[in-house]
Amino acid sequence: MGTLLKRHRWIAPVALLTPGILWLLVFYLYPAVQMFQSSLWSGSLEKGFEFSFSNYTNYTEGLAEYAPIYLRSIMYAGAATVLTALFAYPLAYTIAFKGGRYKNLLLFLVVAPFFTSFLLRTISWKILLGDESPILQVIHLVPFVPEDFRLLATPIAVISGITYGFLPFMTLPVYVALEKVDIRLVEAARDLYAGPWRPGGAIAGFIVGGGLATVLGIAFGWEWLLTGIAGAIAGTAIGWLFISESFIRVTLPLSLPGVFAGSLLTFIPAIGDYVNAEMLGNPDTMMIGNVIQNKFLTQNDYPAAAALSFMLMAGVLVVVAIYARILGTEELSASAGRL
Amino acid sequence: MAAATSVPTAPSGSQPTARQVATRFVDTWLLIVYALLAVVYLLTPVALIILFSFNDPAGRSNFTWQGFTLKYWLNPFGVNGLPEAVGLSLVIAFLSTTVATALGTLVAIALERYRFKGRGAVNSLIFLPMATPEIIMGASLLPLFVSIGAPPFFPLNFATILIAHIMFNISFVVVTVRARLAGFPRHLEEAAADLYANEWQTFWRVTFPLILPGVIAAALLAFSLSIDDFVITNFSAGKTQTFPMYIYAKYRIGIPVQVNVIGTVIFLVAVGAVVLTTVSGRRRR
Repeated sequence: MGTLLKRHRWIAPVALLTPGILWLLVFYLYPAVQMFQSSLWSGSLEKGFEFSFSNYTNYTEGLAEYAPIYLRSIMYAGAATVLTALFAYPLAYTIAFKGGRYKNLLLFLVVAPFFTSFLLRTISWKILLGDESPILQVIHLVPFVPEDFRLLATPIAVISGITYGFLPFMTLPVYVALEKVDIRLVEAARDLYAGPWRPGGAIAGFIVGGGLATVLGIAFGWEWLLTGIAGAIAGTAIGWLFISESFIRVTLPLSLPGVFAGSLLTFIPAIGDYVNAEMLGNPDTMMIGNVIQNKFLTQNDYPAAAALSFMLMAGVLVVVAIYARILGTEELSASAGRL
Repeated sequence: MAAATSVPTAPSGSQPTARQVATRFVDTWLLIVYALLAVVYLLTPVALIILFSFNDPAGRSNFTWQGFTLKYWLNPFGVNGLPEAVGLSLVIAFLSTTVATALGTLVAIALERYRFKGRGAVNSLIFLPMATPEIIMGASLLPLFVSIGAPPFFPLNFATILIAHIMFNISFVVVTVRARLAGFPRHLEEAAADLYANEWQTFWRVTFPLILPGVIAAALLAFSLSIDDFVITNFSAGKTQTFPMYIYAKYRIGIPVQVNVIGTVIFLVAVGAVVLTTVSGRRRR
């Protein structure tokens, strides 16, 4: 056996790869191709389906009817990605640079939610955001909050549910990137007179804070001008007080690959998610995932559902391909491996 | 060089001013307080799941706190369909973890050890399932199973769930084991070969014990992904009910408190398993 393996060096890798790769080819890649084919079917589950390229109308009709829902899904997933980045960055930064001997414990606490059922956690948010929850009672103590203000069954609930669910997906890659930052580079920057970043920090904070808050305001369906102004003020204050030049010039650029990896790891599952929209939202907050699962599992309208899925997949693949071309897939695989 | 040495005092050499010390202190403590708040935020829903396993709800829905009771903890399986669902989830998680860990470990070894044509394509094929929304993987498997239209693929059942779970687990196993193989001390294998061990003996006596922690980590990850999967299972289960499918089915008509009990037990077991592997890994080192 030994001589056979030595003479034909290709046997070993092929033997190792075949079972796993075959499984993925048959049950991942082939179904994707088949889905494209079934998106050009017509007919019904009971009477049987028929294939024809002239059934491309599944696409045009699907797009005409569900374009607003695609748009909403992109908006919700985008808003959730921005929010997770804003929440996760300081968290990952603290664990990486101030964690000390509690680093591993803190990382463990970040992923601990994954040890309970995703559905049960979403139901917990339903309770926490519900009309009788303590959170809402505190909000109602604030003056000028309208009597009928509620969180459940609003875009806020859906987006915050997604944000919560995928926060660890963002925190881990950002942490991995920050941990690799050589602290001596930061010290060198300080030695070279990098101090607080006063005017620059304020201006950058104004632009970034204002921009992000405006986008979130639009996604939440709030007064986007007011939210934008509030965000700009908050951003200016944070930029003026806390952002140092060594952070902007050294730490942040070095950690950006982690932020991009985390954004992809958050955005992809978020845009296909339908559990949060179903449990925390209302019919007007429906995402494309809800439509697809409803068409597949309730209406048995496979051709239309396949067309909608294929468009979603094509969109995601374009994003992934651009990402992989520019940044490679190492960072992503590394952070997935750390989960 | 002369210019560098002629600069006598860099700021780091001098004593930081009181103001600098104060700023740094405030920065640090603000960050630590923030991180603790974030952890509380992450764990609040988990705490709520545990808390509501002790609830004594008045009606069918377990959404408002009524009063403390232990009766559901003492009778965790006393509701129709739940024990079967939990049992099925455990069996599927166990089988899919075993198969996916075996297949994935082999692929990881091949990718890390050998240079061959098509390595890039294999890498992409491993990467893609992790970059595909779950709903699309579920939604593409369903028409495949239906169009085959014969057992074991149709009607949807245990086997189709298992196929789907193995599929999405393989990639995660590959990347986890590869992370472990990347810093692997190759000279130990060469030493074994020098001492007349054949490839088979070298693998089982040297390579495998060394990558075992990575394989265990991969298996734990695969198990937790499988036991909690809802979206893909929803498309490949048909009328078969796993634990998450059971929760979803009962969601509208009222979730029995026992579900929270089981959820809490799963959480505690998972935490225990992770703590155990970390502690034993540390001891080995």
